[in-house]
Amino acid sequence: MNAMATQAAQPRGGEIAMPLIEARNVTRILPGIVPTTLVHDIDLAIRDNEFVAITGPSGSGKSSLLYLLGLLDLPTAGEVLIRGRATAHMDEEERAFTRLSLLGFVFQFHFLLPEFTVLDNVMLPMRALGALSAEAMRGRARDLLGSLGLGDHMSKRPDQLSGGQRQRVAVARALANEPPIILADEPTGSLDSKASEQVFEVLRELVVKYGKTVVAVTHDLGLASRMNRHIELLDGRVVADEQHRSRAGARPAGV
Amino acid sequence: MNLILDIAWTHVRARVRQTGFAVAGVATGVGFSIMMASLMQGSQDDFTQRLVNTLPNITVTDERRTPPRQPAETQYASAAIHGLTPEARRRGIKNPLATMAALEAWLPGAVGPSVKVQAIIRYANHDVATSVIGIDPWREAKVSDLPKQMRGPTLNALYRATNAIVIGDRLSEKIGARIGANITLQTSEGARLSAQVVGFFHSGVRQIDESTAYVLTKTGQILSKQTGLINELRVRLREPLNSREIAARIENDTGYKSVSWQEANEDLISTFIIRNIIMYTVVGAILLVASFGTYNIISTITHEKARDIAIMKSLGLSEYTVRSIFVIEALIIGLVGALAGFVLGYLLCLALGSIEIKNPFLDSDRLPLAYSYLHYLLAGMVALVSSVTAGYQPARKAARMHPVEIIRGAT
Repeated sequence: MNAMATQAAQPRGGEIAMPLIEARNVTRILPGIVPTTLVHDIDLAIRDNEFVAITGPSGSGKSSLLYLLGLLDLPTAGEVLIRGRATAHMDEEERAFTRLSLLGFVFQFHFLLPEFTVLDNVMLPMRALGALSAEAMRGRARDLLGSLGLGDHMSKRPDQLSGGQRQRVAVARALANEPPIILADEPTGSLDSKASEQVFEVLRELVVKYGKTVVAVTHDLGLASRMNRHIELLDGRVVADEQHRSRAGARPAGV
Repeated sequence: MNLILDIAWTHVRARVRQTGFAVAGVATGVGFSIMMASLMQGSQDDFTQRLVNTLPNITVTDERRTPPRQPAETQYASAAIHGLTPEARRRGIKNPLATMAALEAWLPGAVGPSVKVQAIIRYANHDVATSVIGIDPWREAKVSDLPKQMRGPTLNALYRATNAIVIGDRLSEKIGARIGANITLQTSEGARLSAQVVGFFHSGVRQIDESTAYVLTKTGQILSKQTGLINELRVRLREPLNSREIAARIENDTGYKSVSWQEANEDLISTFIIRNIIMYTVVGAILLVASFGTYNIISTITHEKARDIAIMKSLGLSEYTVRSIFVIEALIIGLVGALAGFVLGYLLCLALGSIEIKNPFLDSDRLPLAYSYLHYLLAGMVALVSSVTAGYQPARKAARMHPVEIIRGAT
């Protein structure tokens, strides 16, 4: 995974690093005749190199929290900070740029652009950022796909791949701009057990080998228990926040 | 390729049939607009050309814009004098040769003298009111296309007989006069003479061909009962479009009423303006209808591509970028439609130009068409602007989509 290696694992010194993402008293209420509270007064900090699972029953606010952390949605109250920077006053362009450069998304469905090849899909965020030459972008996309076992499928279109392969392409796309944070919304939700395991392994490697921070929403408590932090939500509130250092191999938060 | 262009092109290319219909709509609009503009402009140019060629560009007559006042009115300004008629002056342009020389010294063109008399032509029980113009055939060649408009004998035939006359072909048809016919001319001054028809002319302007006749200057002076009279100077310019300004200067210099061809045909020229307004309204309506097709296709694409839009926005593509994608798609449809419309318009013009038409009002048996790059430019610009305008609204709506709602809906 040469492309990912450029984003080296963070030093694991004893000092308490600044949180990568922080939610301060975040509340999200959907307006309507009967307003719906999606998440309520959530406080949490996610630091470098964490592998975080967010679990909870349906409607508990897992995905809503993930979208708020990923600046796809705006909190009704409270604020989200990315690398210590408040995002409440960012305009749409600034939020879009933050997503493009610091955050990578993986969804339950791959959401690849169907008319584009696998290689083009992975290059999309790099082209939008425009920081690299065309050749460098192509090289990095090839490296990413190769490291995820998709080296032979680069010129195929998404509908020519299996579900697991598509999801790995989506992971490659999320990593294209080397963001420090990967946000995954049920990344294994639509996959069979074998493909789920493959995708989970890819995410785990991102944390263990390449020092990324992965926050994944999942229904699968088995997978959640193998991550190094487990946040449980119920009715939009955090009801548990546990560390499992040994499971994923990454360091626990704040250590 | 640029990312925005790449995505836009991929979207458009992936919907060949829908895009084809939208492009066809724009192309039809542009094509027919070009054809209409070409036909309208062609007929206008043809008519204007005939006016310019048939008549002198400027006619200087011995009249004044405002009747000259009596000396008593100018001498006693404080007194109101009732019942005075305008001052009567001897008819004709004073010192016509000196005036012509003075004009020819500065104006870019030529000046020819003439005597214009209103007369009744009598022949075979027909009485037709006619403008009889006494000309110098040699000078006339410099100020009008009359020598070229002659049918049969040349203008020099005027020298071949005593009191020779050349009449319009429609006038000859009206009274049934042929070459050699002796007709009678009767003026309001009481002059009456017999003239021999020595030729016909055809200017293409019905009014002239039906009611104008040419004689030699001397014959005109006999008809007006005034020896040496020149009551009209006929001016032809190298640039007929400058006639209005030069006519004003002549009038200012000489004091005589000086009428440009534009002023003489003001009614017709104003109908051209109305005609052009109608034409551009129709053309605009055609292109507006075509733009509905563009609106439709862009709306469909944004609807179908809601998920892609959501994912692009979640990846970090800005609203501006997403909006640009769909505006570019509309632009592509407009551009391809305009280019196809150019070809269609040209072919339609060729087809229209090849149709043979027998029209008594036209000299040519083909429709007059004007080929101008401006028609293409204008139709193309309107097509592009209307396509982009039509695409902007759905593009803006797409760019403002909330990705979370779409992602939730999809999962």
